[in-house]
Amino acid sequence: MPTETAPDPTGAGSSETGPRIVMENVRKQFGKNVVLDDLNFSVDRGERVTLIGPSGSGKTTILRLLMTLEELTGGYIYVDGEPLTHAKRGERRVKLRSGEVSRIRRRIGMVFQQFNLFPNMSVLENITEAPIHVLGRSKDQARADALDLLDQVGLKDRAQAHPTQLSGGQQQRVAIARALAMEPEILLLDEVTSALDPELVGDVLQVLRDVARNTDITMLIVTHEMQFAQDVSHRVLMFDQGHIIEEASPQVMFTAPQHERTQQFLQAVL
Amino acid sequence: MEFDPNAAFEAVGPLLAAFLQVTLLVTVLGSIIAAALGLVWAIGRRELPRIPGAILAWILDVVRMTPLPLQLLFGMAVVTELDGFRRFGDIEPTTLLTYLGIVVFGIHYSTYMAESYRAGIESIRQGQWEAATALSLPRRRTWRAVIIPQALRATLPSLGNWAIAMFKDTPFLIVITVPEMVSEAERIGGASFKYTETFAVAGLIFLAASYPTAVLMRKLEKKLAY
Repeated sequence: MPTETAPDPTGAGSSETGPRIVMENVRKQFGKNVVLDDLNFSVDRGERVTLIGPSGSGKTTILRLLMTLEELTGGYIYVDGEPLTHAKRGERRVKLRSGEVSRIRRRIGMVFQQFNLFPNMSVLENITEAPIHVLGRSKDQARADALDLLDQVGLKDRAQAHPTQLSGGQQQRVAIARALAMEPEILLLDEVTSALDPELVGDVLQVLRDVARNTDITMLIVTHEMQFAQDVSHRVLMFDQGHIIEEASPQVMFTAPQHERTQQFLQAVL
Repeated sequence: MEFDPNAAFEAVGPLLAAFLQVTLLVTVLGSIIAAALGLVWAIGRRELPRIPGAILAWILDVVRMTPLPLQLLFGMAVVTELDGFRRFGDIEPTTLLTYLGIVVFGIHYSTYMAESYRAGIESIRQGQWEAATALSLPRRRTWRAVIIPQALRATLPSLGNWAIAMFKDTPFLIVITVPEMVSEAERIGGASFKYTETFAVAGLIFLAASYPTAVLMRKLEKKLAY
């Protein structure tokens, strides 16, 4: 069921202007292997962009660069106009200090394919850990917020459980709540249903559809769930070998792709 | 040769006293020092910049790969050099050497425990670090709340085994003339010529202490598994 709000790539309720994310001449190499080369694109405030393409085309690397889990080989990433890890000083490219990086990184949250919940903490502690120790919330406040979020993802009764006692789908919903507890401006979803049994995928996607409908969080989504991508995203980018080869609204991308490579890819996955 | 139960019985008291006053004391305090320092070394090896990290690794290798008795003798030489005990005030030489033993045992075994911690830390999946980064948890907090609790679960059984190994190494204290249980057994045996009986009792005391510990560690290991 399509549940998307009207695409509003210009403002999405924010009084600030300018794009939320800008990628400028981004390059990423692992050793000699060039994964991303001279990549340029921007994402507007409140915009939800899905990245599709064959595996190894660099989609996940983009999310990992934004989350600062990988180091940028070349180029710049800007969040709200501010450099994330590297800045231009005249002609020079300067690496920012970790304090500056973490200030901006705080606006970004991520949900991982493998959930990555902390197994030594209860569900509730997983969610309250960062709000208490990063945002400086009081324990009571963090707890109340966490219970609200757990209610939203349908797991309020599992607050005291440990992650290992939950199904994969439940773990992933906790991971979504954990990311939302930090009130991110940007949410990165990295193949969040790929590790789940098919019958558990629906609940997780429903939670994310709700988040898309009820918030104006900017989202970058890497997924193989094309129906979900079509339902929630404003724009779809098709990647191949580290380059964007096609860019379109989901309606156009999934019904009338222009590029031959995109046609092949969509034929294979749809 | 005849086994004299009476001689064995008489040896129990003094041996138990030596066991409690030295062997157990050195093992317990030495283990605490080793467990604490070992964790510091393991974290240091991950967090220090390349060159200081390599120096730390080298020092740990040196300590681990030289014999404990030699380190005890070296420590005693250093302590003696420092003005024949007088620098340390009124502390009795035996007590001072017992302290020295605790410190040397602690440092020596901290290098082994560091390796165990390292294995425990490396067994934690990369995703845990990445989740901590994605939540912007500061590095210190990541160690304290995420990494160390998980690493400890994986490491605790092997720390227990090192503590038992340390316990069995306490007779090396002989080389610095600290009267631990085995040297005490030798003294008693020498006085009564009942060597077999006294050493048998000493062995039983060791066994009685280390076997339950080993069983306890195995139980703990099972309980800690996720």
